[in-house]
Amino acid sequence: MRVRPMAYMPPVMFAVVAVALGVGLTLKPREIPSALIGQPAPAFDLPAVDGTPNGFTNADLIGHVSIVNVFASWCVPCRIEHPLWVEVGDGGLVAVYGLNYKDSRENATKWLEDFGNPFTEIGADLNGRVGVDWGVYGVPETFVVDAQGRIQLKFIGPIDRYTLENEILPMVRGLQAQMIAEGPAE
Amino acid sequence: MVAELGHFALILALVIAAVQATVPLIGAQTGSNAWMAVARPAASAQFGFVALAFAALTYSFVISDFSVTTVAQNSHTMKPLIYKMSGVWGNHEGSLLLWILILTLFGGAVAWFGNNLPPGLRARVLAVQAMIGVGFLSFILLTSNPFERILDAPFEGAGLNPLLQDPGLAFHPPFLYLGYVGFSMAFSFAVAALIEGRVDPAWARWVRPWTLAAWIFLTTGVVLGSWWAYYELGWGGFWFWDPVENASFMPWLAGTALLHSAIVVERRDTLKSWTILLAILTFSLSLLGTFIVRSGILTSVHAFATDPERGYFILGFLVLVTGGSLVLFAVRAPALKSGGVFAPISREGALVLNNLLLATATATVLLGTLYPLLLDMFTGKKVSVGAPFFEATFFPLMAPLLAAAVFGPMLPWKRGDLLGAFQRLRTAFFVSAGIALSVWVFVSGGSWLSTLGIALGAWLVAGSFASVAERIKLLRAPISETFRRAVHLPRSAWGMTLAHTGLGIFLLGGTIMLTWQSEAIQVMRPGETVTVAGYDLTFQGVGEIPGPNYMAQRALFSVYRNGEAFTNLLPEKRAYVSSSMITTEAGIRATWTGDLYAVIGDADGKGGWSTRFFFKPFVHWMWAGASIMVLGGIVSLTDRRHRVGAPARRRKSASVPAATPAPQMAGE
Repeated sequence: MRVRPMAYMPPVMFAVVAVALGVGLTLKPREIPSALIGQPAPAFDLPAVDGTPNGFTNADLIGHVSIVNVFASWCVPCRIEHPLWVEVGDGGLVAVYGLNYKDSRENATKWLEDFGNPFTEIGADLNGRVGVDWGVYGVPETFVVDAQGRIQLKFIGPIDRYTLENEILPMVRGLQAQMIAEGPAE
Repeated sequence: MVAELGHFALILALVIAAVQATVPLIGAQTGSNAWMAVARPAASAQFGFVALAFAALTYSFVISDFSVTTVAQNSHTMKPLIYKMSGVWGNHEGSLLLWILILTLFGGAVAWFGNNLPPGLRARVLAVQAMIGVGFLSFILLTSNPFERILDAPFEGAGLNPLLQDPGLAFHPPFLYLGYVGFSMAFSFAVAALIEGRVDPAWARWVRPWTLAAWIFLTTGVVLGSWWAYYELGWGGFWFWDPVENASFMPWLAGTALLHSAIVVERRDTLKSWTILLAILTFSLSLLGTFIVRSGILTSVHAFATDPERGYFILGFLVLVTGGSLVLFAVRAPALKSGGVFAPISREGALVLNNLLLATATATVLLGTLYPLLLDMFTGKKVSVGAPFFEATFFPLMAPLLAAAVFGPMLPWKRGDLLGAFQRLRTAFFVSAGIALSVWVFVSGGSWLSTLGIALGAWLVAGSFASVAERIKLLRAPISETFRRAVHLPRSAWGMTLAHTGLGIFLLGGTIMLTWQSEAIQVMRPGETVTVAGYDLTFQGVGEIPGPNYMAQRALFSVYRNGEAFTNLLPEKRAYVSSSMITTEAGIRATWTGDLYAVIGDADGKGGWSTRFFFKPFVHWMWAGASIMVLGGIVSLTDRRHRVGAPARRRKSASVPAATPAPQMAGE
């Protein structure tokens, strides 16, 4: 029988793909959220959304308890939860930061004008790279970050009043109490 | 009780599949008619038991038997009956059962309608089909039993994901699976041919209709999915380049290539090993899609029950199926005799170009889909590959493909004349160039890309028309002669023309929509008016409307055009009782020139509501174009050659070492 080396290319290439898939399974991208809990927030440095003064970097998260809300103008559920963030932002109890995910600059600016801007700083994550580091796979998502800049809570999907008052704010208050007890971060 | 019946039926189906996978194969190798004859009743029985299991699960859903875990997790008594039934496949276990049902249905179809297949080929095809069945039946029984019971059954189920409670999505998965699994036929035929060491035109005549049928279903499934995304997700888009969408698109691309290369095998008895390879790859990509969706290996918006254990199982199966068949291919393909030779400029040459471009496009999509995974593996970086990559790599491959799609049918087999073909297409060329130029000159807001898109779309439509016009001698012969020729033109030629025309219309619609859509996002109070694309939309207010298992907030927009009342748009926001999840229903009014599209968002608490309007010009051309492509496939499927099937023929294949000892045939 004739043997053609070229004919062995497909199985060899497939073997490479199969090994990659096998290794990929052990990486488990969906476990990122839980793996991030207790870990320092991934480093990033994002430019500001037009119309807001400063950009947003992970250094902003050090020294006080903060909430990071991932939002986008194209995301309908974001609108549902947004009034709650405006309320929290107006209350001044905790700093709320915005991560504007895969959005266009004009739409984001317009959205903030229309619905109000509760955020201390907003980072424009135009290509979604920072969102990927944070394990974002649905928008909106909300993170609670402690004074050392470690992620302590992740909530996927729009929050409602119940979630806000029974999960997110208690966590914030607990972390703030802990911060006061431990003294300011270096 | 019914659930247990379903469970036992599945176990029986597995046992039958195991028999069907081995006995006929041994029979075909040893020339034993009795052993080969096991295949047909086994295939029927396998289908029967899986259908019984499927009926049992459907029954459990319809009567809301919440002691069955799958039902409790995915159904709800308040759901309308149709969504109770579609809930059967709205979850991992049930959709896998549907997958198997379709797999065995295709196997059964070969058993029932394969009278004129050579018995050896038929036995082998059914054996290979049963091997796939063994894999999937063990998968469902070992890792994803849909009939598992809960000890203390809840009084109410958790409800189906509300996004799935929609007619577009209710029928999206079955069509997609009919497509995916349909390619298993081409795969089984390919592996059977490799075992047999013989590929002849009769083989291709069998493979083509199965591939075509699978392609029709897959196209329908993909289009239903993107249509659903368009009107349900409320952001006006229709394609994400999401890993799961790519998972359905890759087999579509490869299947389209297979559809075209099988023509060459059938007509010219050449390109055989390539066609076999394509058949293997197309089904492997379907399996890869299943793997991606169900293992959770890639992050996707299409949340499915994900479980790494299941991932390992499917991966193992993928390695067996794809790895095994590719090794078999490597060993056996060199023994396949190649047939007729052809010049580069010929119908065959054009189809080879089609295959090269489609295969490259498939590889590009595959690379883009797996790249985040590979990068994560080697560098630990996590990225998402989005539309920019695919737009930059995929579309440049499509442009020459679409340009060549018109030339191909104008070229004769063996050796053609490009200049001559071009001369016969010059009217089409000037028409499409004229349309593109006048759009470029007279319509503002376009780019060179949109002009190219329009030129290619018009070229496909005009060129397909020109090729039919030539074949029926339109305007060049008496009308009776034209009519006679049109009637006698093979259905497959009409089908091809329709499919290519549909592709052109789709391209025109997509290009125009993406280039010239207009959009307005704002907060509106009742009584306010916003103008989009010449339509004045006045917000009249929001009312609460109860649905069967949700509460809707329905907005009313009165639309005026030039001061005259035009229509009302009623977009909704639905809050589902069982899952406290909220979905949007866009209010869409189709006009001749495009869709007026309204979405209602949230109240701002101060009397205003966020609203979003689009005007999407020519968007219905996309759906129409895709439907015409499907119609083309159906027309081609009714071609006489396919209906008659392959005439059984006795053929000696002495040149192939491990060929079958010529089996006794049941006559012509």
